[in-house]
Amino acid sequence: MTDTVLRVENLFKSFGALRATNDVSLDLRAGEIHALIGPNGAGKSTLIQQITGHLASDSGRVFLMEEDLAGIGPAGRARRGLGRTFQISSLAMEHTVLQNAVLGALGRRGHAMSFFKPVMKDVALLEAAHSALDQVGLAQHGAVRTADLSHGQRRQLEVAVALTLRPKVFLMDEPMAGLGLEGAQQMIGLLTELRNSAPILLIEHDMDAVFALADRISVLVYGEVIATGTPDEIRVNPEIRRAYLGDDVPL
Amino acid sequence: MTPLLFIEQLLNGLQFGVMLFLMSAGLTLVFGVMGLINLAHGSLYMIGAFAAAAVAAATGSFILALMASLAAAALAGALIELTIIRRLYDRDHLDQVLATFALILIFSEGTRWLFGSFPLFLDVPAALAGPVTLPGGIEYPTYRLTIIVIGFLVAAGMFALINRTRIGIRIRAGEADREMIAALGVDIAKLYTFVFALGAALAGFAGALVGAIQSVQVGMGEPVLILAFVVIVIGGIGSIKGAFVGALLVGLTDTMGRFLLPQVFALFMEPSAAVSIGSALASMLIYILMAGVLVMRPRGLYGVS
Amino acid sequence: MSRETYLNIATLAVLAGVPLWAWMADEPFTITLATRAVIFALAGVGLNLALGLGGLVSLGHAAFFGIGGYAMGILASHAQSYTPLIEVPFVIEGTKSMIVIWLVAILASALAALAIGVLSLRTSGVYFIMITLAFGQMIYYFAISWPAYGGEDGLSIYLRNDFPGVNTLMPMQFFGLCFAILCLVLVGMNLLQKSAFGLALSAARQNETRVLSVGMEPYKLRLVAFVISGAITGLAGALFADLNRFVSPTMLSWQMSGEIMIFIIIGGVGRLFGPVIGAMIFILLEHVLGGLSEFWHVYLGALLLGIVLFAKGGVIGALAGREKAHD
Repeated sequence: MTDTVLRVENLFKSFGALRATNDVSLDLRAGEIHALIGPNGAGKSTLIQQITGHLASDSGRVFLMEEDLAGIGPAGRARRGLGRTFQISSLAMEHTVLQNAVLGALGRRGHAMSFFKPVMKDVALLEAAHSALDQVGLAQHGAVRTADLSHGQRRQLEVAVALTLRPKVFLMDEPMAGLGLEGAQQMIGLLTELRNSAPILLIEHDMDAVFALADRISVLVYGEVIATGTPDEIRVNPEIRRAYLGDDVPL
Repeated sequence: MTPLLFIEQLLNGLQFGVMLFLMSAGLTLVFGVMGLINLAHGSLYMIGAFAAAAVAAATGSFILALMASLAAAALAGALIELTIIRRLYDRDHLDQVLATFALILIFSEGTRWLFGSFPLFLDVPAALAGPVTLPGGIEYPTYRLTIIVIGFLVAAGMFALINRTRIGIRIRAGEADREMIAALGVDIAKLYTFVFALGAALAGFAGALVGAIQSVQVGMGEPVLILAFVVIVIGGIGSIKGAFVGALLVGLTDTMGRFLLPQVFALFMEPSAAVSIGSALASMLIYILMAGVLVMRPRGLYGVS
Repeated sequence: MSRETYLNIATLAVLAGVPLWAWMADEPFTITLATRAVIFALAGVGLNLALGLGGLVSLGHAAFFGIGGYAMGILASHAQSYTPLIEVPFVIEGTKSMIVIWLVAILASALAALAIGVLSLRTSGVYFIMITLAFGQMIYYFAISWPAYGGEDGLSIYLRNDFPGVNTLMPMQFFGLCFAILCLVLVGMNLLQKSAFGLALSAARQNETRVLSVGMEPYKLRLVAFVISGAITGLAGALFADLNRFVSPTMLSWQMSGEIMIFIIIGGVGRLFGPVIGAMIFILLEHVLGGLSEFWHVYLGALLLGIVLFAKGGVIGALAGREKAHD
C-alpha cells in the first residue's frame, strides 16, 4: 500500500472508566475522502485529537507518510503536514480574515521569529493567504474582523487556514455543522476540490454529504471501528443498521 | 545547635504554617468556587488585626478582640463582595487583579488615615503570656502553642465544613458546575457572599492572632498574601487539603531554612559571610520549593489538571 | 490617519513640550517629573508587550525594573569606589558609562526574564499571575537580605553616569536622552506589533489551539515576548536609578509591579501608547493629588476601580474607540 498517506494503528484512549477509543486502526489513501461516522460520543473527536497530538494516546501509533509521529506535539505534527479544522470554530477572533490566513501561511513557513518586517506586506505570505481565501470563497472578506463573520464564513475560513499550510492530509471535524442547505452545498463543492491536493479524513453527521463525498466510510461505535468500506457496502451492512437503529441515517 | 533549639524552631515553623493556612484557605476557596483571584485578601488580614488592636485597647479583652477581628473582616468581606467583587466573577483575571489591587490601595490608605502610620500593638493575653514546659523539658511560649492548636482546630473545622455539611456540599458543587447548582435552586449569590465572608473572617482572624506577636501596621497583609499565593501554587488552587499541606511545607521550609542554612554555611565559611549568604539564600528557599513543585506538577500537589 | 495616530502624536508633543516649557521657565523640578513619566512609560511599554499583546498577566515586572536599577547601581558604585566587581577568574571593573550600563541592564533583566519565564510559562491563567508575583518577591527579599549592595537601605550614586556628548547632570539633557530612548523603543514596538512575531503572539493570546494547529509553539512565542518585555523594563529600571542616583529594593517591590500595570490600564491595554499616556496621567495625579492629600492612593485606587469596572479601554479606548485590526 504505497499510496497510504496517514495510517493509524491500534489507538487507545481512556478517560477514567470510559474507553473513548478502543483499538482503532484505519488508513487514509492519496486522493480519497475517508469519512468517519458514528453516533454522538462514539469517540470521533477524540480520535482526531489523538491524531493531531492535542491528546496523548494511551497506546497505539500514528504514521504520516510512514513517519512515526510518536512524541511529536500538535505544532510539530501540523508542520509535518496535518492540517485540521475544528468542530467549534477556532480562529483568532480579533484578527481580520486575511490575518488569520496569513497566520496559516506563516505556520507553513515554519517560524514567526521575524520582528521588524511588516508581516501584512510580505508578498509570499499574502499570495498564499489570498489564494486560500479565494478557493473557499472569502476573497471579498479579507479585511473583515473574524468575530464579525457569519457562522458559515468562519467554517470556510477554518478550511482556508488549513489550506495555507498546504498539508499532506486534511483532518476535518464536522465542517458542515450548523451550515444551512446552501452552505453545506458550497462546502461539499469545496471538499470535492480539496481532495485533489490532499486526502481528507472527514468527520461528519450530515449523512447526505458523507454518502455523496466519501470514497470510503469507517463506522465508529463505542470507540471501536465496527466496519470500513465503500458507501455501498456500508449502506447494506446489517451490523451498522443495528448500531444506528433509531438514528436518522438514510438507508 | 541543641536538639531543644531545633524543636523550638520546628514549632515556630508549624505556627507560621498554620497561620499561612488561615490565609490560604479563604484564597483557595474563593478561587476554587468563584474563579476569582483576590489580591485584597491581605487587606482583610490587616483589617482583622486593626479591629482586634482597637477593641483590645478599648476593652482590654483579648477574646473580644478576636471576635472583633472575625466580625470586622467578615463584614468588610461581605461588603466588598456585594458591591464590587461580584462584578468581577465573569471578568478576566487581569480585571480581577487590577480591581482588587485598587481595593488594596483604598484599604491601606483608608486605614492609614484612620489609625495613622505608627504601628499599633496588641498584647498577648495574660493567661497565655508565659512559656509552657513541654515533654522533654522544652520551654515554649504558650501563646504560640495556642496558635498552633487553634490552627489545627480551624483546619479540622474547615474539612468538616467542606466534607460533612450541606453548605460544604454546595460549595463543592459550585466548584464543579455553577449552572447546575443554580438550576437545583441554590441561591448562588448568597453562597458566594458566604464563602467570601468566611474566607475574609479566617484572614482577619489570622491577622489578629499574628498581631499579638508582630506589630499591627498598614501593609502587613501583602507579604503574607504573597506567601499564601506560594502556598496555593504548591498545594493546587481550589484544594483545602493542598492549602493545608502547602502551608505547613512553606512555614517549615522558611523557618528551618533561616535557622539552619547560616549554620550549614558556617561549616566551611567564615561566620559573617556564612550568615549573610545563608540568610539571603534562606529568604529564597520557599520560592525555590515552589519552582521545584512547578517543574514536577504544574498544577500543584493536589490540583486538578 | 486614524484618531489614535493623532492622539499618539499629541501625546508625544505634550510629553516633549512640557519639559521644554519648564526648561525655558527654569522649572527643573517639572523636567524631573517629565523624565519620571518617560521612564515609567518605557517600563510600561515593556510590560505591555507581555500583557497587552501576549496576554501574559505578569505581576512580577518590578523584578526586571529593579534588576536594571541594580545593574546601574552595582556598576556605578564599583566605579566610584575604584574597586573591581570581581577579581577571579578575571577582573571586571565597574563603569560610569551609561551605554555599558544599559547593555548590562538589558542583558541581566533578559536573563532573569528567561529564567522566570521558562518556569512560569509552563502554567497559565491565575497560576501565572501568582508565580510571577512570587518570583518577583523572591528577588525582592534577596536584595533586602544581601548586604553587599546596601540591603534594605539601597545604594546611592554621587554623580549621574556619563553619556558621550551629553551633560547628564543637566535635567533637560538627561530628559532628552530618556525621551529619545522611549521614542526608539516605541518605533521598534510599533514594528514588532505588525511583524510576523506580533501577529503570531497576539493570535496565541486569542486562541492558543489555533496557533498550535498551524505549526507554531505558543510557549516559544510567549517566552521570547516575556524576555524582550523584561529587557525593556530592565532598561527603564537602569534609567530610573540614574534619574534618582539611587537604587533600593523598593524598585523590586510588588507595589512597583502593580504601578507599572496601572500605567497600562489607565492608558489602554495593548495600545502602543497606552503606557505612555498612562504614565503621564499617573505622574500628574501623583503630583496634583499628592499635593492635596497625603492619602492620594485612595483616589488612585478609586480611579483604577472605576476604569476597570466601567471604562475597560482606558483613555485611548475612550478617545479613539475600539482598536482596529492593523493590516
